Amino acid sequence: MTDMTANSITAPVTAAKVYPRRKRKIRGSTIAIYAFLIICALFFAVPLYVIIVTSFKTMIQITEGEIFSLPRDWTFEPWYKAWNTLCTGAECNGIKSGFFNSLQILVPSIILSLAISSVTGYALALWNVKWANAFLFILFMCAFVPFQIIMIPLIILMSKSGFYGTYLAVAVVHTILHLPLLTLIFRNFYKDIPQELMSAAMMDSGSFLRVFAEIILPMSGNIMVVVLILVITSVWNDYLVGLTFAGFSSQPMTLILANSVITSRGEVIYNVDMAAALLTAIPPLVVYFGLGRFFVQGITAGAIKG
Amino acid sequence: MPNIQFNQIVKQYGAVTVLENLNLSVNEGEFLVLLGPSGCGKTTLLNMLAGLLEVTAGQITIGERDVTELDPKDRGLAMVFQSYALYPTKTVRGNLKFGLVAQKLPKDEVERRIDWVSKLLRIEQLLDRKPSQLSGGQRQRVAIGRALVKKVGVFLFDEPLSNLDAKLRTEMRLEIKKLHHELKQTVVYVTHDQIEAMTMATRIAIMDRGVIQQIGSPDEVYEHPANIFVAKFIGSPPMNVLETSVKVSGNTINALHEPTGTNIDLSDYPFMSRPEDGMRASVGLRPENFVTGSGNGSRPAAVFNLPLLYSEKTGSDATAFMTSNDELLAARIDPGLVNKLTLGAPLTLSFPREKLNVFDARTGLRM
Repeated sequence: MTDMTANSITAPVTAAKVYPRRKRKIRGSTIAIYAFLIICALFFAVPLYVIIVTSFKTMIQITEGEIFSLPRDWTFEPWYKAWNTLCTGAECNGIKSGFFNSLQILVPSIILSLAISSVTGYALALWNVKWANAFLFILFMCAFVPFQIIMIPLIILMSKSGFYGTYLAVAVVHTILHLPLLTLIFRNFYKDIPQELMSAAMMDSGSFLRVFAEIILPMSGNIMVVVLILVITSVWNDYLVGLTFAGFSSQPMTLILANSVITSRGEVIYNVDMAAALLTAIPPLVVYFGLGRFFVQGITAGAIKG
Repeated sequence: MPNIQFNQIVKQYGAVTVLENLNLSVNEGEFLVLLGPSGCGKTTLLNMLAGLLEVTAGQITIGERDVTELDPKDRGLAMVFQSYALYPTKTVRGNLKFGLVAQKLPKDEVERRIDWVSKLLRIEQLLDRKPSQLSGGQRQRVAIGRALVKKVGVFLFDEPLSNLDAKLRTEMRLEIKKLHHELKQTVVYVTHDQIEAMTMATRIAIMDRGVIQQIGSPDEVYEHPANIFVAKFIGSPPMNVLETSVKVSGNTINALHEPTGTNIDLSDYPFMSRPEDGMRASVGLRPENFVTGSGNGSRPAAVFNLPLLYSEKTGSDATAFMTSNDELLAARIDPGLVNKLTLGAPLTLSFPREKLNVFDARTGLRM
């Protein structure tokens, strides 16, 4: 008994030996890395800062020319004007019509490209498709074909079929352009689904669409978010497809923004232009901040197997 | 409950032939285990029966139906997979239900079956959980439940216990055996674990390199292995196989094992084909058939007197390994004896004549 108490007293004393924390040294390489990162951050942050402060300044202050100074009198008028009364050509309806045009292009683009590419990727990855590898190779090649090469044939195709100048035309073109890459992404994701799981589904149901809808689709949340962000960003930020396929009535936000900024008549209303540019850039940012967590999860999902 | 027939099955992957002209029939209500080392074609055979792989040539029938060209779901089978393959986004109930809904069964029948199977396998409390919230044994139960709930006549198991720990494996082994006993369905069970095969099977088919080496009850394949491969594959520790030369003179047949200089008396061995003088024969001696001592009076077939290399004791069992000229001879001995042995000292063991297995060394077949 006395032995035990002696032990229990001495044990903590020996164990409590203090190891001094190693002092962190700031090394040259660390400084270089930080300097590089800061320069990179400034490269993006400074123009953004200028745009933001300019959008809140009055035109009087802007004409003074000090672009880095903070607004003296904060004003929301440029934002209001950008949304409601910005002029493109003869019309002065603001950028809001473009916003709704963009939405009407975006929604069918998302639905079409996600639906088609996920089902195709699922078929290529998990079903025995004849010539699947040849098809994959062609898809891979297609992902490298620049849009400009097929633009004119596509325009002719669209105008012959009477779709030219509609939201759907723009959405369909976006879908076509996205399909190769998205199909490859889905196919690679689904390739990692265990073979036995598919075997079990084949024995239970064997129906192509039912297995997709009930088993595979619920497992694809992460990759759906990744693809969703890719599609939203690229469709929303697109200029060329909108310019060439939207005609006059269905121009997306980017086009209206460009038309009003690249104007050659009258004075340039910098604060309104900056506000319009920010309004155009906000939706993808909101999506990214909202879903960014899943985006990172989705990208790294295949890295660690549970 | 149907029987299953494989007729002249050929399976090729490109130029590689995995199975060639394989014939096998599984009787009604039988628990057939396909046993073999990895790569022997047993899982390929099972997957072809399930319809997950196509046969290159040949025919598979279940009952009266030719199912060779049918889709997996139309073959009237259920399968339990090695990785369980539970649908990760569905609850246990959803997992059980998926196959039934696909069969377009009425709702109350679906409910009744889920009820029945969850009681049978004691998974009632787990019905609303996701597979990721279950332990290995519970997942295994659900996987078996997903097969049972379909109420088909034939069950396929693809190494279902290999992901479980040793204790759970023993429990599930018993449970599967009990289920088969109660439900009397035809079972085809693939494993590389001979204990599983020996404990559960009503018949075992031992495969090697795409060929079925022997089919028979566990006792048959253990007591009368058809060739050296089966003899060495079944049994742990494996059978000792000694290369000998045969001396025939009149009615006495002897096999001389040169490395140990031991003479094995084969005179009473029930030869299927009479051996010739001077031929090479492989004599198989199961470790557990050895008797300590020189077997005075019992006329043993052979007496070995060899130095002890080392011994292993595993509770109820003990194995002594003796050596002579690079030959290792394993013999099961009384565990109480192990502590009295000294390494390097000679140990005398005799082998009874009725336990011998003799194979033609050239063909590997039982003589």
